[in-house]
Amino acid sequence: MEFAIKASGFSAIFFVFAIFFFVFSTASEFIFEKMDFVEFLTSPEWYPTSLSNKRYGTLALLAGTVSVTGLAMLIAVPLGLGSALFISEFTSGVVKEGLKITIELLAAIPSVVWGFIGLAVMNPLIIEVFDAPIGLNVLNGGIILGLMSVPIMTTIAEDALKAVPDSYREASLALGATRWQTAHKVLFPAARSGLLAAVLLGVGRAIGETMAVLMATGHAVQIPGSPLDSVRTLTATIAAELGETAAGSDHYQALFAVGVLLFLLTFGVNLAADLIVRGRSAR
Amino acid sequence: MDEYCIKTRGLKLFYGEFEALKGLDIRFLSGKTSALIGPSGCGKTTLLRCFNRINERYEGVRTEGEVVVQEHDIYSADTDLVELRKKVGMVFQRPNPLPLSVRDNILYGLRLHFSRKYRDASTLDEALETSLRAVHLWDDLKDSLSTEATTLSLEKQQKLCIARLLPLKPEVILMDEPCSALDPDATAKIEELLRDLAGDYSLVIVTHNMAQARRVSDECAFMLLGEVVEMRRTEDLFVSPRDQRTANYIEGRFG
Repeated sequence: MEFAIKASGFSAIFFVFAIFFFVFSTASEFIFEKMDFVEFLTSPEWYPTSLSNKRYGTLALLAGTVSVTGLAMLIAVPLGLGSALFISEFTSGVVKEGLKITIELLAAIPSVVWGFIGLAVMNPLIIEVFDAPIGLNVLNGGIILGLMSVPIMTTIAEDALKAVPDSYREASLALGATRWQTAHKVLFPAARSGLLAAVLLGVGRAIGETMAVLMATGHAVQIPGSPLDSVRTLTATIAAELGETAAGSDHYQALFAVGVLLFLLTFGVNLAADLIVRGRSAR
Repeated sequence: MDEYCIKTRGLKLFYGEFEALKGLDIRFLSGKTSALIGPSGCGKTTLLRCFNRINERYEGVRTEGEVVVQEHDIYSADTDLVELRKKVGMVFQRPNPLPLSVRDNILYGLRLHFSRKYRDASTLDEALETSLRAVHLWDDLKDSLSTEATTLSLEKQQKLCIARLLPLKPEVILMDEPCSALDPDATAKIEELLRDLAGDYSLVIVTHNMAQARRVSDECAFMLLGEVVEMRRTEDLFVSPRDQRTANYIEGRFG
């Protein structure tokens, strides 16, 4: 029994390494022998199926991911941190529990359902409101992805606020501060690293999200000039193209290289979040 | 100045269904140090926390009756909580400096309550020095005003928690077992400070330590099960208690 528990604990490490090894080894031939690093990272031209001149530049895909994630964070950070603050400091009892459960439910909505909403609700809405030719674009994907990132941010930010000793609140209130002044002057600074970790985990979630952005962003490989331009993200590219490629082909390997890039991005963000949280607990 | 800094009339407090304070009529002299003693659960901390209405943070707390501070019932509807808490400061059981620098802790209240034009740098510096001098911390801390307050020794933290009330010029300072987290040396230093502050401020101190009540207070109330059994000049209470229950408690037969 003890062995089984130990094994399931260590299995996480095994799976992470196994997945990374698989992705990296599949991509390695492409990365080290066929790929031009400069082109891969700086060219916006992603034409893996061109007959005469195949090009594997990921800059446009990266721009797609960054623009959608960036917009998503503009929405998710104020909403996520705001709702965490509200839940933690301004409500109690039934309302508090109700909100927490509802926000956890929000996290349980499958991403393909969010994609539906992007396609069926946001798309016509954006066309009408902005008089845009198409409603599947950075704006649509950003809003959907922002809403999807709210639950994880709220949950972690609320934990961070809850971890602030109650004595700080009493000290501040007893000096005549309002609850808002207390939040702003004491709780936010005290929970700073936890809140930052919440934001970064939200970013990590947003970068890695695939299905909803695939459905909502319009599938055009280009560097967006405005939020109303369609884009395609790193994740959506892999999801959309991998099934169409011959295993072992350059294109197939290139998609794995995109996967490595994605892995490094999310790994970096999560590592940053982790180091920040550790920095907090070490203090 | 009123003769009394705080007067209660029929003060009751309920935690849900539980009646923690059972209709108290108690008065605290202005400019004096008053102590509240009694066994755990007698309601002394609850009573203290009524005087700045910090009890209301918790759900299910209900209060009846009056608490008069400066001729104003602080439980009436038109009470401004911010003004009340400026007038009635509080020191807690465990020192709870904010996770800010020494300077920012002392100036926290001023910055909250006074708009920028009333607090130029020299006013702030003056308030800082006056407050720290009043609690005997200036010489120790004048060169480390930007130290994080939570890294100070507990004794200094508690002194700092007293000092940060002073810029708001409170009428009354409530103290909830201010020395219970401190060692005897630090306790002695805080008690010395309390004697210095007495006169300039009205102090109300909750304490578990009867000897401390004798050392620092002018008058003393013995509480039991949500009621005030007896309140008199401290020396009278300890030398010739009128109520048998008081006598039993101060002689250590229970509690």
